[in-house]
Amino acid sequence: MGGYTGKILRINLTEGKTSTEPLSMELAKKYLGGRGLAGKMFADEVASDVDALSPANKLFIASGVLTGTNAPTPSRYMVVTKSPLNGVIASSNSGGYWGAELKFAGYDMLVLEGKSDHPVYISIKDGQVEIKDAGKVWGKDVYETTDALKQEFGDDKAKVLAIGPAGENLSLMAAIVNDLYRAAGRTGVGAVMGSKNVKGIVVRGTGKVENANPDQMKEVVANSLKKIRENGVTGQGLPTYGSAVLVNIINETGVYPVNNFQGSYDPEADLISGETLTEKYLLKKHPCYRCPIACGRYSKWDGKEGAGPEYETAWVFGSDCGIHDFDAIHEANDLCNKLGLDTISVGGTIAAGMELVQRGYIKPEELDGTPLEFGNAKGMVEWVRKIAYVEGLGAKMAMGSYNLAESYGAPELSMSVKKQELPAYDPRGIQGQALSYATSNRGGCHVRGYMISPEILGLPEKLDRNSLEGKATWTKIFQDLTAVIDAVGLCLFSSFALGLTDYTSLVNAVTGFNYTDEELLACGERIWNIERLHNLKVGYSAADDTLPKRLLNDPIPSGPSKGQMHNLPELLVQYYAERGWDKAGVPTPERLNMLGI
Amino acid sequence: MRVTVKLFATFRDGRFKVEEKNLSEDSRVLDVLQLLNILPEEVAICLVNGRDVKEQHLLNDGDTIALFPPVGGG
Ligand code: SF4
Repeated sequence: MGGYTGKILRINLTEGKTSTEPLSMELAKKYLGGRGLAGKMFADEVASDVDALSPANKLFIASGVLTGTNAPTPSRYMVVTKSPLNGVIASSNSGGYWGAELKFAGYDMLVLEGKSDHPVYISIKDGQVEIKDAGKVWGKDVYETTDALKQEFGDDKAKVLAIGPAGENLSLMAAIVNDLYRAAGRTGVGAVMGSKNVKGIVVRGTGKVENANPDQMKEVVANSLKKIRENGVTGQGLPTYGSAVLVNIINETGVYPVNNFQGSYDPEADLISGETLTEKYLLKKHPCYRCPIACGRYSKWDGKEGAGPEYETAWVFGSDCGIHDFDAIHEANDLCNKLGLDTISVGGTIAAGMELVQRGYIKPEELDGTPLEFGNAKGMVEWVRKIAYVEGLGAKMAMGSYNLAESYGAPELSMSVKKQELPAYDPRGIQGQALSYATSNRGGCHVRGYMISPEILGLPEKLDRNSLEGKATWTKIFQDLTAVIDAVGLCLFSSFALGLTDYTSLVNAVTGFNYTDEELLACGERIWNIERLHNLKVGYSAADDTLPKRLLNDPIPSGPSKGQMHNLPELLVQYYAERGWDKAGVPTPERLNMLGI
Repeated sequence: MRVTVKLFATFRDGRFKVEEKNLSEDSRVLDVLQLLNILPEEVAICLVNGRDVKEQHLLNDGDTIALFPPVGGG
């Protein structure tokens, strides 16, 4: 058997016991791994009504079948759990080196169960697993923790994943950060880890991932690497400029949210673009494990060095907060890595806070002297810190923009779907992306079906962003294909150059299975449907497949896309039909049967 | 007529970020590309006033043209 290690590591924190069990190949064939397999096991093992921050919730950390192989971009792991932010099935993805190292240590997946009665960390040295006291690092930031745990482990090649103060303080925007700068950021997974009193996981593996067909693998890898190199986006654009190269594209298109989505065009956006980053801040590229694209940035700013912001981060701490100070954006990004926070949600919450101040909901006396106003970069950075340490109003903000705005009686000022903050695209001028936002099964998100790719970037082909034609079909296919990519452990950015057939070839070569393209895509559809079923069980319905009021009711107010408006109601009808769901957005028994659920 | 031309990513190398250009009436995007020594196949995204257009698109006085090589992210 290639690709899989065939072993799952379970850690019962309540009892302080660890055990291993064989991976079910029957399930793996249907759900692949990563987001899929962990999602299925989560759905089977965790009751939908558990309190997400209680010991009854479980945290699955899963690599994919291609993680740690020589396929292009084989770095990803996925965190699956019940989200403390919104109750949906949380799945949060990260790259770096940690996921591959878990495979080298001999595990496809790790499951954290129960709750430790004191702070601990997990140490994994190949087959040797220990639960160790973390008293010394509790309260420390991610950077200090990473250093300390590595040192105690005694091997500089060990890889560390950790939560920061935000996770310890149960912020609903807390991330799990690995290899210092890579984060499973969204849906509050860091708080679940914090609720279990687990500070970090150190792993060192000396094994390797087997290949069922090494010769075949060599050929398909060479083929896909060639495509990645020759593709303008993956071979040129992303390596040269990083993902922040999107700032100018999205802005010039007029779908670039400004000041908490009050505007959609920023005349000064170039100041915080990928071009400016490359010209003035970039020290070197900072790729994940075996990545030929290397979108990751390593910057210098204000006398410091560290990870540079990706697109969503540059936007959210930049234009969405009315800020064009790239040093401050770098600082806020660095603080999020250091303190263990999700950049999109934190920036979105600060922007919502700024609008709550602007409209008089938040009173000046609540701010303890820290400015919370559009354009104030210094204040913005300080609020990131206050959120992590739940200081003053920061404690309310740590619960996310929806809870914050709702506590002032103005939930409509939270630019979120299913309580999770939206990323950097105004959906009113991009029909497919509007549908993708509304139906994302983890709440506001762009990487559950990245319709920007065909609708703006023209990949794999150009679609008219204002037309409804074909959008329901495209969105479904993109969502299902993304679920496949997340389940096999590759980076979504590979899909700018690779298509379904390439993924099928890679999976078949590694595992020795014989998936057809249709069968592999059906795995993605299966994953999508079990996620939907969980969300329906926790009480979500078609009424939640929507957008925040401002975006739902008002056309784009100004800029190049002025007057444009989504047509979500019509698209949703088409989409449910396309998915084989009924009018209430519930998967029909026939479709579930067809998918073998 | 006068149009504003904005260049991005590698198109800026050896050229400019943004410039006003005087063009003869009935100019098309293609004329601007020629003026700048950019081949149509090098262009991945061409926006005129935020709208996607092809190189044969007829320009009007006051238009803003934004040109991008293949780039992307997310
Ligand atoms: S493309 Fe970027 S995020 Fe994806 S694996 Fe490579 S460096 Fe990491």
